Order: sequence, then structure tokens, then C-alpha cells
Amino acid sequence: MFSLLWTDYLMFALVIGVALIVWRASKKQHLLRPWKTVSDSTVGVVSLTVLLTFVFIGVLDSTRIKYKPNLSNGERGARTETLSVLDIVLTPIRTQIETTYSQPFAHSGYAKELLIDERGTTQWVYPRLKYAGAHLVSAESDKQKDIITKAIEGIFLGFMCWLALLVFVLFFSKARSYKARSKAQKNIAYTLLIIFSLAGMVASLGPYYHVLGTDKVGEDVLYQAIKSIRTGLVIGTLTTLVMLPIAIALGLMAGFFRGWVDDVIQYLYTTLSSIPGVLLIAAAILMAQVYMANNPDLFTTVDDRGDMRLLLLCMILGLTSWTGLCRLLRAETLKIREMDYVMAARALGVGRMQILKRHVLPNVMHLVMITVVLDFSGLVLAEAVLSYINIGVDPSTYSWGNMINTSRLEMAREPIVWWPLAAAFIFMFALVLAANLFADVVRDAFDPRENN
Amino acid sequence: MINYILRRLLYVLPVLLGVNILTFVLFFVVNSPDDMARMQLGDKHVSQAAVNNWKQQRGYDLPLIWNQQENGMQAIKKTIFFEKSVGLFVFDLGISDNGRDIVADISQRMWPSLAIAIPSLIFGVLANITFALLLIFYRGSYLEFGGLFVCITLMSISGLFYIIAGQFLIGKLLALTPISGYAPGIEAFKFIILPVVIGVVSGLGSGARWYRTLFLEEAAKDYVRTAKAKGLSELQLLFKHVLKNAMVPILTGIVVILPLLFMGSLITESFFGIPGLGSYTIDAISSQDFAIVRSMVFLGSFLYIIGLLLTDISYTLVDPRVRLN
Repeated sequence: MFSLLWTDYLMFALVIGVALIVWRASKKQHLLRPWKTVSDSTVGVVSLTVLLTFVFIGVLDSTRIKYKPNLSNGERGARTETLSVLDIVLTPIRTQIETTYSQPFAHSGYAKELLIDERGTTQWVYPRLKYAGAHLVSAESDKQKDIITKAIEGIFLGFMCWLALLVFVLFFSKARSYKARSKAQKNIAYTLLIIFSLAGMVASLGPYYHVLGTDKVGEDVLYQAIKSIRTGLVIGTLTTLVMLPIAIALGLMAGFFRGWVDDVIQYLYTTLSSIPGVLLIAAAILMAQVYMANNPDLFTTVDDRGDMRLLLLCMILGLTSWTGLCRLLRAETLKIREMDYVMAARALGVGRMQILKRHVLPNVMHLVMITVVLDFSGLVLAEAVLSYINIGVDPSTYSWGNMINTSRLEMAREPIVWWPLAAAFIFMFALVLAANLFADVVRDAFDPRENN
Repeated sequence: MINYILRRLLYVLPVLLGVNILTFVLFFVVNSPDDMARMQLGDKHVSQAAVNNWKQQRGYDLPLIWNQQENGMQAIKKTIFFEKSVGLFVFDLGISDNGRDIVADISQRMWPSLAIAIPSLIFGVLANITFALLLIFYRGSYLEFGGLFVCITLMSISGLFYIIAGQFLIGKLLALTPISGYAPGIEAFKFIILPVVIGVVSGLGSGARWYRTLFLEEAAKDYVRTAKAKGLSELQLLFKHVLKNAMVPILTGIVVILPLLFMGSLITESFFGIPGLGSYTIDAISSQDFAIVRSMVFLGSFLYIIGLLLTDISYTLVDPRVRLN
């Protein structure tokens, strides 16, 4: 049975909504033109493919299923568990929990321990890990070879899956030869090859090693980093979803109606944007915390509480970040309302709302598009900073910010524990870089000034 | 001019009032002082007497906006809104929830914040402009492409990474500077270098790109083309015309953030253990000291609006075409 949280519903609504918009837009020539520029650019296509891969993982993580786990003796357990599809896919990585820190690809623990061997002598040695490298007979000599073999196997596995997908796609598409493909399709194919190889490697190594090590309580860092993708995506997208209606409605109204409407809206956004963003968010989150502490019965499970806080964070970020876009839209609407075609529409007796909907809104959509894509990466980065000040997502939620926050003090250890930090930063970097590159291409394609 | 400034200052008042009401609603209406007291004193196992005591000590035991027990002006004056929020207008920030004078704290902690923020701003702007000018100079070459790629990469790295990596590399491995801490006076110098360097590097990506678009816009104008046709070298063109004319948006862009420098940087200060206003705010947030957070919200908004005002004025000073009315 499915058991979705609030953010899951919104996430699905968003994905379906975007898919619908893309599907409808794909039938209109004039809307396709800027996208043609995007698809002609290698950077644009590659970054979009990477982004969609992240989204795919996020959607898998949002598909939550409630079920009774099978116990080891074959009976159904009494307790129901809620797991996402991603959790189920990552079961070996998720369940192999060591006792404490271990380095990436380590087979023995992070610190020496007193162990008693079968002869009864005590030794001060690095203990073998419970899961990682447990299949190796003599770890020191075999490990390197084993890792390389498994990695190559994984790449091969990824390649085979990729090939299967390619054949499948070619089979169902019109042009039957690989040569007839366009540049964009080839770019997608090559990017997917790399992604599939990486995934294959993880799939092949994951059950036997902790590819990115384990954290303080022995949980696999790679698992945490992958789980955090969803949080990053939710913050980057849902915030926009909150912010867009406000910014568009107020921006258009201020620019179009002018007069006292304009004054009120201008006053609103000046006031709101004059409050330092972090402080406003902090104040709102503090208040939310007080509220949640006083109403514990509204949020029964840890998941529920974390999810509510995530949703709240998105709403607060959305409510504080609409001012920039609103200001832009107001200025643009002021320009557009003086255009001849708006004048003509007015002279023909078209209603104000109709003019706004038919003539003004479509002509500011490029600004909206650019802002959405540009804001995304900033929001993903902001999450990490907010979590650091403890006004971000709930500490129980997987997020890169939380990973950084919990492990930054471990830099002082000897030998230093660098892998949780590195994992969080690398994953965040990959997502943000893809988003930034894509945003650049989109801006170049949609910005009318660039076309001259 | 003075007329204009006065008029703008009058416009500032409603905005500040709005800020004030918003924070009042956030801090006192959405959650009652009782909730705050419970949170501070440790959630559920608190007696009502302890809550009342806590409220009375901090003056939160008054009605919100209207005191029915008093008469005349006292009905308005003896309220939380009047005592806690209106006082902000005359910078009577009051006493923090743990009993310290906020104004004294702020005026003391302002200086370390400025010691970091001012050099960061100056060197940051210089580095950004230099990098942007180089990008423009090598326009259309692989160097520019590479430079832009570096910019996007720098932009995509989390700000926290720069700090953590910088502290580890420069502070711990190379041991060139102390990892964190602060000392007053001339001693402060060695503590400031690292945060400033990290601040400059982490802002380079987005900063250089921003200045590049400014320069590109300027370089696309007709007078630049004329100058080029006249036979000016690329360097002369860049420094004499493009840079000079692009100084208007650059300067006004700097002026707008000048007042906000007082607020300090939250993350940098708390990572480097600098006793400035940024770490003051963070400490207040984590210890849930609402009085300080409220004061900082008000101070921040005030400085922001001052920044806007200064920008408008500086426009007229650097660009004679702009007139105030």
C-alpha cells in the first residue's frame, strides 16, 4: 500500500504538472523555439539529463510503500514499515550498519580496539567490519583486486543495461539506425552511459563495501547522500511553487493596475525584503518549533514531523523570496501595458483580466522561467547553510546540510573523518553545478536581449 | 536635495512600522509569551508559576496591544507592543532574555564584524573586477570559456565547503594562520586574514560573472564601437571607457550593501569564532533569545533601508543625468 507524506504528494503533483506543461507546449511552435536552442547546446542537454536523473531518484524516494517486512523465519512481521522504493532498491546499503566510523572501502574499523581471539590473548588491533569486506578471506592481499574486479563488473553491468535501453528506444522510435539520431539524442545517450556505469559500479560494490565509508553510528554515507537528494529537490522546487503564484499575481497587478494597488504591493515587498532573509526564516522557524513543541499530538511519527518541518521551511522560504521576481515582473508589466497590442486589445473592448491572461502573462513567462531555474541552485545551497544554523530541515531528515553539520566537528579527529563531508559536498556540487549550467543555457535561450 | 532626503526618510517610517508589526505578529501573536517561556524553561514539566515568573522578569506579562486595566494613554503604553516594539524606533532595544543590555552588546560586537566585512568587501570587489576585466579582455577565446567555467564551478560549491576546506588547508595543514578566534587591536590582523581570503574566493564566481555582464552591456554601446573605430587599443578601451562608465552601477551596488556590513556574516563569524554581530545573531537563534532576534531584525531592516536611500543619493552624485524628484 502507498503511504505518502505531504511533500510526496506535492512532489508528484509538480512532476505531473511539469510533464503536462511540457506536453502541451510541445505542440506549439513558438514555444518550442527557445527550447530548440537549449537542445542544440551540449552543455544544456547534458546538464538536463543529469538533473532529470536526480529528479528520478527523488521521485523513487517519494514513492513510499507501507508493508509488513518478512521476518527471517519466513513469517510476516507484525509491525508495518514505511519504506520508499529507493530504500528498497538500496536495501543492502541501507541495512548493513557497522558500529561506528569506517573509511571508504575499509574492511577494518576506524580505531583500534581490544579484541580477544580464540586462544584467549587480548590484542590491540583494528577490528574487522561486520559487513564491509566480510567476504574476503585475507583482506590485505585480496581487497584491491576484488574492488577492481567488482568495479569493472559494475561498469559492464551498467553498459549492458544502457545497451538494452538503447536498443529498446531505437526499436520503438521511427528512425531505426543509430546514425539518424540528432546531436541532442546522442548527448543524452552518452550522459546516460556515464550515469549507468556509475550506478552499475555502486550496485556491484555497494553490497560488499561502504563505498563512501560509514558515519558515527555506522550508517553508510553513500546511502545518506543519496537519500538527501530528495530533500534538496523538494526545497529547490516546492519553494518555487509557493513563491510563483504570489510573485506573478502581485507583480502583474502592480504593473498593470498601477495607482494604489501598485503602492500597496510596492510597500509590501519593500517591507518584506528589508528584513534580512536569514533572520526572517529564523524567526518563522523558531515560531514553528514552539508550535510543534506545544502540539506534539499533531505529529505522531518522526517522518511526519520531519516532513512537516520540510514543508514549512519551503513555505517560509517561498514567502520570503517572492519579492525579487515580483519586482522584475512589475517592471516588465509596466513596459508591456504600453505596447500597441495591449492598447489594441483594450480598444477592442477586451476585459482587463483577459488582457492580463492573454497578452501580458505569456510575455513575462520567460522571466519566470529564468528565475525558477536560477533560484533552484541557490535554494539547494541555502538548505545546507540553514541546517548549519539549526533553522533548516529537521535533524532527523536526511539532508546534505545535516550531514555537513553533524560531521564538521569530526575534522578535528585524528585521523580525520573527511568522508561524510566530502560525500555531502560532492553530491551537492553535482546537483548545483548541473542546475547552474542548465540555468545558464536556459537564460541565454529565453533572454530576448541575447538574441539580438 | 535635502527636501528629497527628508521625503525619503518619511517614506522609511511606514516600512519600519511594517517590519515592526510583522515581527510583533511573528513573535507575540502567533505564539504567546507563555509558549516562549515554556520553551526556554524546558518544555512540558514547567509549573505555571515558573512561567509567570519568567514572563514578569522580562516584562512579557502585559497584555498584547490593549491594557484594559489602565486608563487613557496608559492603556496603550502598558502593553507588550508599546514596551517591546515601539521602543525599537528610538533604538531602545531593551534587555536580552538572559538579562544583558542589547545596545551595549551590539556596540561592542559591531567592530569585529566590521573588521572582517570591510576588507572582505574591498578585496572582493577588486578581485571580482580584475577577474571580470580579464574575461572581457580575452573575449571569444578559450581563456574566456575556461574562465567562465571556473566561475560556474566556484558558484556551485557550497559556501560551507570554502570555510571548512580553508580552515583545514591553511589553518591546520599549513598552519599559516590560526584556525579560529579573535583578538582585539592590532593582534586581530592574523585572525582576519583567513576569513577575508575565504570570503573573497567564495564570492569570486558569482561576483566576476555579475561584473562581466555589467561590462559586456557597457562594451556593446555605440560609443565604445566609435572609440574602437578611432583606433583605441583594447586596454585603453577597457580602462578608459568601459570600466569608467560601468563604475556607476558598481558603486551604487556597493553603496546599497554598505550599511548591512554592520550586521556581519552569520556563517563566517560563527565558524571562525569571531565575536561579531553575526555570531551574536546565531547564538541568539540557537539559544532562542527572542529579544535579540527581534532587535537584529529591526536593525537589519533599518540598515537595509538606509542602504536604499544612500543608493538613490549616490546615483545623483556619480551620474549627473539622474535628478531626484
